[in-house]
Amino acid sequence: MMMISGLRKTSFPALLLAFILSASGAASQSGLAIVPNERSDTLTILSPEFEVIRTIETCARPRGIHFNADHSSFFVGCADDDMIAIYDTATLELAGRIRGVPAPETFDLHPDGRRLIVSNEEDAAASVYDVETGEFLAEYLTGEEPEGVQVTSDGKLVFVASEAANLVHVIDLDAGEVISDILVDTRPRRFALTPDETELWVSAELAGIVNIIDVATLKLIGDVAFLPTGFRSEEVTPVDLIITADGQRAYVALGRANHVAVVNVPERKIINYVLVGKRAWGLELTADEKLLYVANGLSDDVTVIDTETLTPLTSIPVGGVPYDILIDDR
Amino acid sequence: MIGRVFAFFLLLASGAFAQDTARIVYLGLEEDGRYESQPLYTGLSLRDRDRPLDGIRLGFRDTRMLGRAVGVTFELQEQLASAENLAETLRAAQGANPLVILLDLPPDAMELVLASARDDDLFINIRDGSDKWRGVDCKPMLMHTPPSDTMLTDALAQHLRAQRWTKILLLVGPSEADKQRAAAVRRSVAKFGLRIADERSFELTNDPRRRDRSNIALLTGGARYDVIWLVDDYGDFGRYMPYATYAARPVVGAEGLVPVAWHWTFERFGAPQLNQRFRRLAGRDMSSEDWAGWVAIRSIVDAIAQTGTAKRETVREMLASSELSVDLYKGVRGNFRDWSGQLRQPILLARHNAVIAVAPIDGFEHRYDTLDTLGQDRQESNCQP
Repeated sequence: MMMISGLRKTSFPALLLAFILSASGAASQSGLAIVPNERSDTLTILSPEFEVIRTIETCARPRGIHFNADHSSFFVGCADDDMIAIYDTATLELAGRIRGVPAPETFDLHPDGRRLIVSNEEDAAASVYDVETGEFLAEYLTGEEPEGVQVTSDGKLVFVASEAANLVHVIDLDAGEVISDILVDTRPRRFALTPDETELWVSAELAGIVNIIDVATLKLIGDVAFLPTGFRSEEVTPVDLIITADGQRAYVALGRANHVAVVNVPERKIINYVLVGKRAWGLELTADEKLLYVANGLSDDVTVIDTETLTPLTSIPVGGVPYDILIDDR
Repeated sequence: MIGRVFAFFLLLASGAFAQDTARIVYLGLEEDGRYESQPLYTGLSLRDRDRPLDGIRLGFRDTRMLGRAVGVTFELQEQLASAENLAETLRAAQGANPLVILLDLPPDAMELVLASARDDDLFINIRDGSDKWRGVDCKPMLMHTPPSDTMLTDALAQHLRAQRWTKILLLVGPSEADKQRAAAVRRSVAKFGLRIADERSFELTNDPRRRDRSNIALLTGGARYDVIWLVDDYGDFGRYMPYATYAARPVVGAEGLVPVAWHWTFERFGAPQLNQRFRRLAGRDMSSEDWAGWVAIRSIVDAIAQTGTAKRETVREMLASSELSVDLYKGVRGNFRDWSGQLRQPILLARHNAVIAVAPIDGFEHRYDTLDTLGQDRQESNCQP
């Protein structure tokens, strides 16, 4: 079960499927890391030896990136082209497009492998598309600037953060409606679920904290505040976060505080801060969780951290304003 | 009196919050010189200003979901009074028990309104930058969302200091507004250790006997300086100054690099999203004035969200509290100074199509809050409400 780690982006059944497929040799597992660069409209491909081996011209303002169910392809949100590009994982060639998706920012794939739930930053909505037909299925109104999207592994609930409204919307997909608007701290951005899915962690960028929501009651039950030495509280702007497969550790990218916080999840205590590049946002763990990749938006590079020693190994120059990271190793 | 009421949304109370209505009044003057076009020679108009109503409306739109979550109905009432019936209009507005009255008024009208204010009123000035409302003439029920003149000149002074452009040629126009702003420049220059190499007055004239006051080469020659700080409220003189100076020196202040609350090209902290939303709503670029109206609504709604009620007394306390956390789209949380009612905020230093720097500039430190390096700090304030 070591394959099933880094549960942030793909739900459990999807990963299980990937595991089965990879065991049968269907997935390529090149170990390459794919980095969308929001400003230079490119994808940077990094080898497992941390070398830039290819730069691919892509659509306008690529941001969120996510595998399909069997990892044979991946989706890239093209915010300024109003579409989602689909790439073949093995060849890195453009394989298709879902058009007419207004300003997609991030998304999550439903465990059924068909429904992609997308936040439409400029339309104050979360929309649902069928990834196979490109068909628009449903839309839910949110506060302004929806950002992070998280589907539970049973496929019942979708959480969407609205940056401008300081709300986490809870969508019940079966009922087809927003069942709760949870008031959180200033500018909520991204989510991580604990592996048992009892707690939802939400980064509140301008408050400099992570809010913790109890999934059963949909109430706030705690938070974790960050302040690396030498930084002012207003510089601490957490965005992306990941919880490890054993549910013990969380990594939180602290934005302009130029560090990644390492948190003990059960105790909600900070273990350490690791210095990375400028304005660290996007995070991804390798499948074995030994390496953490960090996209630094204002120094145009990706820092790789050894998670055992909590030391940065290297920083690799990529394109302009790297947004997120996808690693083809699971 | 022209009055319009918009009920922005009607919502069901949810859970812990009581069903409340928050009525917000925009109070302006019908015949306000500020919003009349001021055609110059050959019919050009340099300053067509729009009332900040689109900014206010966007503020309502941006927070409708937050209203759904806290169970508050928001209502905007746009009131335009004539100069004669201003007092009457104010009384009528007060009578409807508004949560907040937003003031978009010239100085004398503002004076009249504040003179007839009641202790439990709550006003937010969304227009006037003059230091006097934050200082000698401050009021406990008056808050301000636009930056004060001193905040703007402090921001520019910090940038000049950081660039080591320390020797300044100060050029000042003839109007009352110019005199006030020049005083703010002198204070900022002293505060940040810059030096005024020379100060000169200019006039818009073709009279050859006064060419020392109208000829740009003469005005900018005969002194050694790093930068020209231009104070020109009217704007018809200053626009001819860049690239026409005696020495090859940059122009800042009213032309060239200008300190502003907001800019349509700002690229960071979510600003592009706000600018795009505004452009879709209003069909034009968001101005600093629109931003001041927008952030007033944002502050009120955030105060309601943080306290869970739309009661005026509670909202007023929350607005004055350092616990208030307003997303300014300028990278930091905003709240109001408890000594002057001024919204703390970063200032953008922009030219016509780019933001060059954001103040507070790195390296300017403060005991409590770096934002208080801009404008009058607690101990400098002469506000005694």
